[in-house]
Amino acid sequence: MTTLDAETRRTYGGYGGRYVPETLIPALDELEAGWAAAKIDPAFIAELHYLLTTYAGRPTPLTLAERFAPGKRVYLKREDLLHTGAHKINNALGQAVLARRLGKQRIVAETGAGQHGVAAATVCARFGLECIVYMGSEDMRRQRPNVERMKLMGAEVRPVEFGTKTLKEATSEAIRDWITNVETTHYMIGSCVGPAPYPEIVAELQSVIGREAREQLLAAEGKLPETVIACVGGGSNAIGMFRGFVDDPGVKLIGVEAAGAASLGSGRAGVLHGSRSSILSDSDGQIADAHSISAGLDYPGVGPEHAYLRDSKRAVYLPCTDDEALAAVQRLARTEGIIPALETAHALARVADCESDYIAVCLSGRGDKDMQTLIERLGQ
Amino acid sequence: MTAAKKLVIYLMAEPGTPELAAAAVRGGADIVELGFPFSDPLADGPVIRLAGERALKAGMRTRECLECLARTRALVGPDIPLVPMTYAAILEAYGYDRFNTDARAAGMTSLIVADLPADERPDVKRVQLVAPTSTDERIRLAAEQTDGWLYLVTLTGTTGARTAVSSQLDGLVERARAITDLPLYAGFGISTPEHAAAAAAQADGIVVGSRAIQVADEGGAPALEAYVASLRAAIDAL
Ligand SMILES: Cc1ncc(COP(=O)(O)O)c(C=O)c1O
Repeated sequence: MTTLDAETRRTYGGYGGRYVPETLIPALDELEAGWAAAKIDPAFIAELHYLLTTYAGRPTPLTLAERFAPGKRVYLKREDLLHTGAHKINNALGQAVLARRLGKQRIVAETGAGQHGVAAATVCARFGLECIVYMGSEDMRRQRPNVERMKLMGAEVRPVEFGTKTLKEATSEAIRDWITNVETTHYMIGSCVGPAPYPEIVAELQSVIGREAREQLLAAEGKLPETVIACVGGGSNAIGMFRGFVDDPGVKLIGVEAAGAASLGSGRAGVLHGSRSSILSDSDGQIADAHSISAGLDYPGVGPEHAYLRDSKRAVYLPCTDDEALAAVQRLARTEGIIPALETAHALARVADCESDYIAVCLSGRGDKDMQTLIERLGQ
Repeated sequence: MTAAKKLVIYLMAEPGTPELAAAAVRGGADIVELGFPFSDPLADGPVIRLAGERALKAGMRTRECLECLARTRALVGPDIPLVPMTYAAILEAYGYDRFNTDARAAGMTSLIVADLPADERPDVKRVQLVAPTSTDERIRLAAEQTDGWLYLVTLTGTTGARTAVSSQLDGLVERARAITDLPLYAGFGISTPEHAAAAAAQADGIVVGSRAIQVADEGGAPALEAYVASLRAAIDAL
């Protein structure tokens, strides 16, 4: 049994929950009620659909990657072609429309690779909302172009200078800001993590990826793929893709984590940023440092639904090293003329050793933001 | 004549903390909270976050924190309530039941978990927190589930000294009083004797953390004892 009933979508087999200070509980209740009303409201559905099609660029195409994977049917779901260059805009648009319904004028967000920060800055500019993005100073260095893009669109980027100076600390600071300004502020979380109802809201907003992909694959091949592959940081592009296929028992679901940030592969049950999940932590529960060349995967936690899918064996999660990801960027660039984000490249790297002949990969984002890292590491 | 107001002092569990806790008690603290550090303390501002980082660097893992608790208990005697304050991640890893058993054996009186709101893991007996954003319904729930007293978070925000006591406290005390007869101790943002008096005029007790840690950092046990005595005098003068 893999279909997620309403209860499972809250508790994810013992994961999830609301491990946050009391101050936030009424806001989470309000968000949960607001979301429950919005998602069945034809006006909300129509507005989001209108924005996704006329502003973000949905539906995204499906590209057969014949030169990347000769002899196989490997399809790329092209979220990289969306406005702002990654799947993150699907979530940011949905949350912006929701935040306006809740009467919030101020948005806080965290970002790692900067893709969610850019998506948040974009939708805030589009709707005239104040936007504050917390970003680790290490990530600001390695994702410079995204910092400039956020600023150009009027967002304030606040550097986080302590701890790992990456996504983990940026998320903590965004939550602290939200605790302080909860009455005026919506926390626009960037992945399917955090306290309930966030994992479910983000998963539903991203599930458009899997719904479209399923239809397009059926139209192209007349049958469902053998395997679906996506990279996993917090897990939002993967859960969006997986939701299109989770009820098709014949479709294998593979999530690919950075080897140095494999929350599912080498983590243990723990609590981080408001939910219980599989976390990179030590035997005392202290959060361990993650390490990845890809800022968007450099995070010791993961969405609770992925922990549930792993435990229930519906999905499997594999690691990928920095070098393998770099090689995959180069390979897709040279064989297909598509430069993927370093995050996405982790999924692409596992396509090569997947025994299936018919595979769908979520191409979650484009690699423009990674040029500096690519030049440093590939010497181009 | 109302009962004397309670003075609660928060200190981070570090190697020298038992001696500091004893100094706080000599200065007039009624209850001592011992912070068990967590790497990602969402409810804490910079002072307690930095103290936690320092404690972790000094090796203050759960076992060491429990030893610190036991040494504190030995120094302050049996009558001062000792209340570890920590995060769910620590309990999750140690085991909620095992923590309760071992911490009680080490001298724990009760427990505060900053990121376990009422209703999340109701099996874990603890002092519940309520905040200015809490609805009356949630205050009622917290009062039902709490262990002895309610911790009133004076403001929407993280721990740390502020220039004045939050104007949100009055309304919160008033709402809580209408719902429960339990003692109400107010914390977050209280640092000077003036703040202490202002908050204690409303609530049944006050909690001081960040400033106590700073004073102890700057002047050790004698400075902490004098600082706590100044808070004691301010609330006893009410
Ligand atoms: C292109 C791209 N893919 C994937 C991710 C990882 O996030 P998630 O696992 O939530 O999809 C990011 C995060 O920044 C990203 O920018």
